Amino acid sequence: MEISVTVNGANQSSEVEPRTLLVYYLRDELGLTGTNVGCDTSSCGACTVHVNGESVKSCTMLAVQADGQEVTTIEGLAPSADELHPMQQSFQDNHGLQCGYCTPGMVMAACSLLDENPSPSEAEVREGLEGNLCRCTGYHNIVKAVLACSGQDVS
Amino acid sequence: MKPAPFDYVAAQSVDHALTLLAGEVEAKLIAGGQSLMPLLNMRLGRTDLLIDIGHLEELNHIRIDEEGRLVIGASVTQADVQNHPDVLAGWPMLAAGIGEIGHPQIRNRGTICGSLAHNDPAAELPAIAMALDAVAEIHSVNGTRTVPVEDLFIGPFMTALAEDELLKQVVFPPQQEGAGWSFKEFATRPGDFATVGVAAQIALLGENVSDVKIVVFGVAGSALRLDATEASILGRPAERAIDIAVSELEMEIKPAEDIHSSHLFRKELAVELLKESIAEALERCL
Repeated sequence: MEISVTVNGANQSSEVEPRTLLVYYLRDELGLTGTNVGCDTSSCGACTVHVNGESVKSCTMLAVQADGQEVTTIEGLAPSADELHPMQQSFQDNHGLQCGYCTPGMVMAACSLLDENPSPSEAEVREGLEGNLCRCTGYHNIVKAVLACSGQDVS
Repeated sequence: MKPAPFDYVAAQSVDHALTLLAGEVEAKLIAGGQSLMPLLNMRLGRTDLLIDIGHLEELNHIRIDEEGRLVIGASVTQADVQNHPDVLAGWPMLAAGIGEIGHPQIRNRGTICGSLAHNDPAAELPAIAMALDAVAEIHSVNGTRTVPVEDLFIGPFMTALAEDELLKQVVFPPQQEGAGWSFKEFATRPGDFATVGVAAQIALLGENVSDVKIVVFGVAGSALRLDATEASILGRPAERAIDIAVSELEMEIKPAEDIHSSHLFRKELAVELLKESIAEALERCL
């Protein structure tokens, strides 16, 4: 099927099999390998991207369902090649990543969380990120990174 | 590729979807896909044709009708309902219960009607819809029928929907003024399917229970309306409601055992959640 998707601001037209999951379309067709595949069953959140500004798990959405939609991946967050998005910078500053596998999904979910709730409590951050698993169990610094990015004092 | 191959059609209208559904090809409807996609990915399910209705504007409505009922179309996401001011004001149990479904990303895609049509025995929405006396509006090329959700759910992952039928919208009647409500569940981790959950709504007249609805889920093949437990406390003093309900509940439910929990643990959870939810519902009575 022919689909046309705006990915990170650029229009992409592609021929895909209907059963292609959005995450495989992004990775294999468009070469945007920043979005990771974890569980393929919407449990782990590693594949979180934004569709029309809302966070979704791209392993449980078909590429054909993204036809005509706007998708943002981790590659589309940073304002330029040598500057990180504030959330990415905050993850770096607060040691919010260890192995890095969950990080793209965590950052995308965290951005979505702050869009809806610009100044969340620690409990609200933990609840907002409950769909993202970190197998290094580095949650403490991830939560700290999100709180710091929202402008709250975490020292 | 995770799922087995299928054809896909983005339906142009509800009528288009119904025509496809009535055709020869084995077809499944998809809206948010948050139940169906994991099943297809794990190849626990397969279909020859997926008919997408998730993008249809004619199904994307949350409105209050002239009788004061809440009407939710089949493409409305759980996140949209969870944060809707009319829902928060008139059907707070629905908003609160949605907060327990999966994760934010799942609620951004998953739909109310999709969860009802899927009828996972551990899912929140079938239980909530039953406790709130919701009615399903079902369409096919042969016409329309309305079914109380209580009659929609016939077993685990089974509903009264025929193969050519589409759950077009679900209608929640206005809830009794002053009634108190509670929604409680136990899950091993936040966002997991509940082991056991309880949805309760109680109204008082003076000191006595004048109306009661209690639905428990995770203890049977489908969400279970506790008819006997409800009858046992109707008309009785509120202060005795918990004790009476618990002794009745212990006779009324016979949970099964699985890898997640023994039948004894499930029963104990149901008792504890029932106590907590009756107490909370009574506190919220005006």
